[in-house]
Amino acid sequence: MSEQTLFKVTIDNITVEVPAGTTILQAARKIGGEVAPPAMCFYSKLKGSGGKCRTCLVEVSKGSEKDPRPMPKLVASCRTTVMDGMEVKNITSEKVVDARAGVVEFLLLNHPLDCPICDQAGECHLQDLSFEHGKSGTRYEFQRRTFKKHNLGKNIQLHMTRCILCYRCVFTADQLTNKREHGVLDRGDHAEIATHIEKSLDNEFIGNVIDVCPVGALTDKTFRFKNRVWFLKPMDAHRDCPTCSGRVTLWNRGDEVFRVTARKDEWGEIEDTPEGQPGWICNTCRFDKKQSSDWVIEGPREINRHSVIAQGHYAGKIGTTKPKETFTAVNDGRTPHLLMDIHDQSEVNQPNIHLSEIKGPSHGDTFNNNKA
Amino acid sequence: MGVKLLLEKANVPGIRSFEVYRREGGYRSVEKALKEMNPESIVEEVKKSGLRGRGGAGFPTGMKWSFIAKPEGVPRHLVCNADESEPGTFKDRYLMEFLPHLLIEGLIVSSFALGSSDTYIYIRGEYAWIPDILEEAINEAKAAGFLGKNILGTGFDCNIHVQRGGGAYICGEETALIESLEGKRGNPRIKPPFPAIQGLWMRPTVVNNVETLAAIVPIINMGGDEYAKIGVGRSTGTKLISACGNINKPGVYEIDMTISVEEFIYSDEYCGGIKGGKKLKACIPGGSSVPILPANLLLKTAKGETRYMNYESLSDGGFATGSMLGSGGFIVLDEDQCIVKNTLTLARFYRHESCGQCSPCREGTGWMEKILHKIEHGKGSMSDIDLLWDIQRKIEGNTICPLGDAAAWPVAAAIRHFRDEFEWHINNPELSQTSNFGLQNYADPIHVPA
Amino acid sequence: MAYIFNDTQMAEFKRLVARYPEGKQKSALLPVLHLAQESFDGWLPTEALDYVASLLQIEPIEVYEVATFYSMYNLKPVGKYVFEVCQTGPCMISGSDSIIDYIKQVLSIQPGETTKDGLFTLKLVECLGACGYAPMMQVGKIYKEHLTKEKVDAIIAEFRQAANKN
Repeated sequence: MSEQTLFKVTIDNITVEVPAGTTILQAARKIGGEVAPPAMCFYSKLKGSGGKCRTCLVEVSKGSEKDPRPMPKLVASCRTTVMDGMEVKNITSEKVVDARAGVVEFLLLNHPLDCPICDQAGECHLQDLSFEHGKSGTRYEFQRRTFKKHNLGKNIQLHMTRCILCYRCVFTADQLTNKREHGVLDRGDHAEIATHIEKSLDNEFIGNVIDVCPVGALTDKTFRFKNRVWFLKPMDAHRDCPTCSGRVTLWNRGDEVFRVTARKDEWGEIEDTPEGQPGWICNTCRFDKKQSSDWVIEGPREINRHSVIAQGHYAGKIGTTKPKETFTAVNDGRTPHLLMDIHDQSEVNQPNIHLSEIKGPSHGDTFNNNKA
Repeated sequence: MGVKLLLEKANVPGIRSFEVYRREGGYRSVEKALKEMNPESIVEEVKKSGLRGRGGAGFPTGMKWSFIAKPEGVPRHLVCNADESEPGTFKDRYLMEFLPHLLIEGLIVSSFALGSSDTYIYIRGEYAWIPDILEEAINEAKAAGFLGKNILGTGFDCNIHVQRGGGAYICGEETALIESLEGKRGNPRIKPPFPAIQGLWMRPTVVNNVETLAAIVPIINMGGDEYAKIGVGRSTGTKLISACGNINKPGVYEIDMTISVEEFIYSDEYCGGIKGGKKLKACIPGGSSVPILPANLLLKTAKGETRYMNYESLSDGGFATGSMLGSGGFIVLDEDQCIVKNTLTLARFYRHESCGQCSPCREGTGWMEKILHKIEHGKGSMSDIDLLWDIQRKIEGNTICPLGDAAAWPVAAAIRHFRDEFEWHINNPELSQTSNFGLQNYADPIHVPA
Repeated sequence: MAYIFNDTQMAEFKRLVARYPEGKQKSALLPVLHLAQESFDGWLPTEALDYVASLLQIEPIEVYEVATFYSMYNLKPVGKYVFEVCQTGPCMISGSDSIIDYIKQVLSIQPGETTKDGLFTLKLVECLGACGYAPMMQVGKIYKEHLTKEKVDAIIAEFRQAANKN
């Protein structure tokens, strides 16, 4: 194999070396943390995906060593490849922060915000995106868009109102199945994911559209309204499957298997198998194998401790461990942005004082006693 | 009378037929190009001419041609963009309807320069009668040996095919056009790769506007240097302007880009003044997406200099006080027109034509339309104006293709120059339903009726 | 009705497909949909779309995606004559509003509706590239330009007469 050309690229003042042909987004993911732009439509395992949602826009302040001119517009980092000596601004660019807040507002404009009844809540990329990059409240005062309901069969639930048209499910059907039966119909603000004629999707790999969907537009009907993801314990498991890799994550409560998904990495994408292939799973594994006895359990799945799914899980029991590292250590040696030293403001936050030793704040008793 | 290079023969009886067109000197450029020149020298000649794309963006044509990749054994294609859909623009339709052979002639020369043996004309579906005209012209040219196999015995093969679109403005964007030509939804592609590298069926492709390709004919006939002498600065040659709105003589005019905007509007040779002796209020000089200008900034630049009908002069002052020549769709509004309503219809147009692929355009265009609808119907509030401004700002430059910009600019310019009219609508919700804001500060600065 | 091309239509279909290289027959989809719409009563039911898919050897969803994207394909039945009146900027400032109102009044239909006799459908459309000849509308393959109320009357009378003859 010939030696790979490496390009130096600097993103938010951090420099990495990546092979030529790498996109800005992939280079930023190599650095990790908040330097990596959010991506709602890009999916590294799906050819042709990306460029549509515009959440990953970044500013290229220096094109390359050879041609240092900045790029005139913000570019979609998922579809722009790095050049040697390129300098990119993500969260250090005011333009980017502003444009991204705009994109978040656009994406939420017609979103029903029905998170309390949405199965995706807790693992929804749109929730994360709006929390991290959006603004509270909306300036939209018109009726939100709704769609006619489409039935995609017994396994997959389509909620078109929640869809952000990332096209990932279309690419999935194109690339994983030999016959695509759903697609994007109509255009503009009425474009929708549908089958045109009522049709159940039942190709044996079509279930993966649920895993790639960044929002709650495509959800697992066999799990519908059964539980909240943060009440479940994710366990890595496998079985000898004739169709797929059989490597999955089980979502359990006690011994009961509530849901089966593919294993996802920290960017929410399907993990590769040890053979280096994307670990897509088949419908049988996903929808039909709901007994613990169907599976060989490997152990608890590690979940990012920032995720709501990690909440309520006790250290050591299901794979989340109480962090011992300092913030600087987990942040690759970078110190956090100090916005305000809250310890200055209140002794409640004095780390060396135990809460029980602090007088007040008032309790319900104080209030009731005063009233009496 | 200015120089006419394209429409010179438009009024010759029977010019639509090959026989008359040929008798009038047609197809000379094909003979010259195929027999006396080679592809490289044609591209050089086009570069020298300074010709800029006539579809709206104004990108130098010769440069675009020189970008086309030439990998061994891969066919290349020339595609003619006849998907003319920008409101206010109807010049290509005129060319194709009345001078079909001029386009075919330009296409043959350009196909030779680019090495395209299968050239496609993608025409908007609504121009349903024009493909018949073009196909007849193609058949005539073929019968005379100017198309088909071994053209004029030079060994060059070329066929031209006409494809009708299905009704979508977005297909005027070159990558959306290519997708549509491949039988897909007109979703613009994400660039790179550019069409010059991977276009139609992933082969190297050049997409040019009808008028651009027609202009190749005089460039070859007279030489690039001579062509460049016409016009001024980087606005060389002639430009077709389709004038419409509240003027006495709407229609398609060929100008040599040295005449002033004032002359174009008021002289009898062109628009013939404002209809009914009314006053000029505003004008959208280059197709609906370019910024609208109030009369005072249209006829003179912010510096008080005369404004001319060319690329540089119309964009003098940037978007703050200038506009663009764009596609040459010249829309004139008289004193009775309502800027809010006009902006609303344009916002509705862009919402209707958004492909829906990327989020700022899909969601933002509809939002702007709804707010404008509210203001127009007397239900707006002052904060709506600032909200509109903020929405257009967040669409512009953040979308996959220029449709986002095209939707944002008219709204931005309307607020920039006519904010008081928006405020008047909001402050006078009832009055604004029955009467008009009129001219107010934007009185026609020159032509005050006696 | 059976959604199958007759010999003439089939010959035209073959001519359309022949324009494209081997294996790129999908490129003919838009023109073939036009042909199908003209052949099958002015609109495209699912059966017609499926027929087009089978002719071009592509998946039905690829045809549905395209047919719903473009504005010229009617996916619901329409009247014999479809009045597609332009309402964009240049037509609006030249008085398209009053023409639209007049058509609504004369035919007693709203945009999107068809007259009871099945003759006329009114559709409001965006810019058709006839801005200098505004107000205007498209009826089938033809543009009717410089519209006035009198001209609208004459157009309706003309089509009524033509329909009676058939």
